[in-house]
Amino acid sequence: MSDALVIGVLALQGDVREHLVALAAAGAVARPVRRPEELAEVDGLVIPGGESTTISKLAVLFGLMEPLRARVRDGMPVYGTCAGMIMLADKILDPRSGQETVGGIDMIVRRNAFGRQNESFEAAVDVKGVAGDPVEGVFIRAPWVESVGAGAEVLAEHGGHIVAVRQGNVLATSFHPELTGDHRVHALFADLVRARRTAESL
Amino acid sequence: MSSTLSENQGPETGTARVKRGMAEQLKGGVIMDVVTPEQAKIAEDAGAVAVMALERVPADIRKDGGVARMSDPDMIEGIIDAVSIPVMAKSRIGHFVEAQVLQSLGVDYIDESEVLTPADEVNHSDKWAFTTPFVCGATNLGEALRRIAEGAAMIRSKGEAGTGNVVEAVRHLRQIKNEIARLRGYDNNELYAAAKELRAPYELVKEVAGLGKLPVVLFSAGGVATPADAALMRQLGAEGVFVGSGIFKSGDPAKRAAAIVKATTFYDDPKIVADASRNLGEAMVGINCDTLPEAERYANRGW
Repeated sequence: MSDALVIGVLALQGDVREHLVALAAAGAVARPVRRPEELAEVDGLVIPGGESTTISKLAVLFGLMEPLRARVRDGMPVYGTCAGMIMLADKILDPRSGQETVGGIDMIVRRNAFGRQNESFEAAVDVKGVAGDPVEGVFIRAPWVESVGAGAEVLAEHGGHIVAVRQGNVLATSFHPELTGDHRVHALFADLVRARRTAESL
Repeated sequence: MSSTLSENQGPETGTARVKRGMAEQLKGGVIMDVVTPEQAKIAEDAGAVAVMALERVPADIRKDGGVARMSDPDMIEGIIDAVSIPVMAKSRIGHFVEAQVLQSLGVDYIDESEVLTPADEVNHSDKWAFTTPFVCGATNLGEALRRIAEGAAMIRSKGEAGTGNVVEAVRHLRQIKNEIARLRGYDNNELYAAAKELRAPYELVKEVAGLGKLPVVLFSAGGVATPADAALMRQLGAEGVFVGSGIFKSGDPAKRAAAIVKATTFYDDPKIVADASRNLGEAMVGINCDTLPEAERYANRGW
């Protein structure tokens, strides 16, 4: 295994390119992942923003759902934004029929909780673990977290709603740091991946 | 939406980043024309990233003739209620009141579309004036940049809607990509003349020359009828595809819709595109674009 930190971006649908750019800026070798064999080669994975129903369907259809679950269970660091957050929730409050998630965080999410596109917004968000100025939160038809279990840590709230959560190596935000050019959240995630790899090699 | 007081600064809606960012979330996906809530559900179940709600698909607009306008609000709301994916709807070019109506209905994107009969033969709508983002068609880079200057947050190559013939979609996407590639090779002195030639604002021309792409998401539209068509447009550089008449004018819409979604994601894997192409039943009957009279070419609408 090479020394480079390899982080994949689930590339079934969504803003893959922006995550690849943000991860590269955070010092990782970033590559798209669409197949089980590509998933097996990464140290960590980002599930991007997109349509959660579409991403979920394609993941099942192309045999990625079970391998994804297995790797998350096994401790692979994963970061999900928006639709990716929905994919990492153990439970969706209002799923479309048959909508499956990977799971990994003991939380219940509400899809499109902040409203439709006309209600999409930008706001400054303080994120625990991200030093300095607040993060510019871009919320697009965004979900929020209704409730979290005992194992999950709330990292940020907006307007009284949970918008960033971490449980072990799994990180999720309602908003899209990949659209802002501020790569601090991706750097935080890259640190998780690095720590996990160091721990594994001991 | 007014959020409660918190340590955060107040939320801001309708920003360029929120509008353009919405289109970024659609990338790699298929946006399907639907005329009923039932079709919208079929599209959603097949994996569409959004639906375009309209009264008649372009193939029927062609057949019926007459003036094509914004759809009935009841029909649009019926579709909004039926699905959880984003819903787009079309306004006529320059008909900013239709756009105001669509915004008030809560559609997620407005397509200022040449498929409908233009309401203004000089001006497009001022799209900066809206909270709802707009997608507009373009046949070349200058047209795309003029639309972006007017506030469009997403561009689709026009193609020739309602024909089931991908030839014009290919022509327009290649044109846009070629013109961007050419700009990449220009030095700063040449960009002023390029802006004049393109009839587009210098600042946007300079931005595209630096980025090597449009500053907004670029999809392809107008003539995609098969999984291979969708994969072709993706390989040519489209970040996603609109499929209009191609799905619900075919023999087995649910199957064809799912097949086009698969081929759009795995556009560079011929085995998957081949599998997606099997046993789809009848494709829509196509029209040869070179036999279309000038007046029936929708791509010529818009300026």
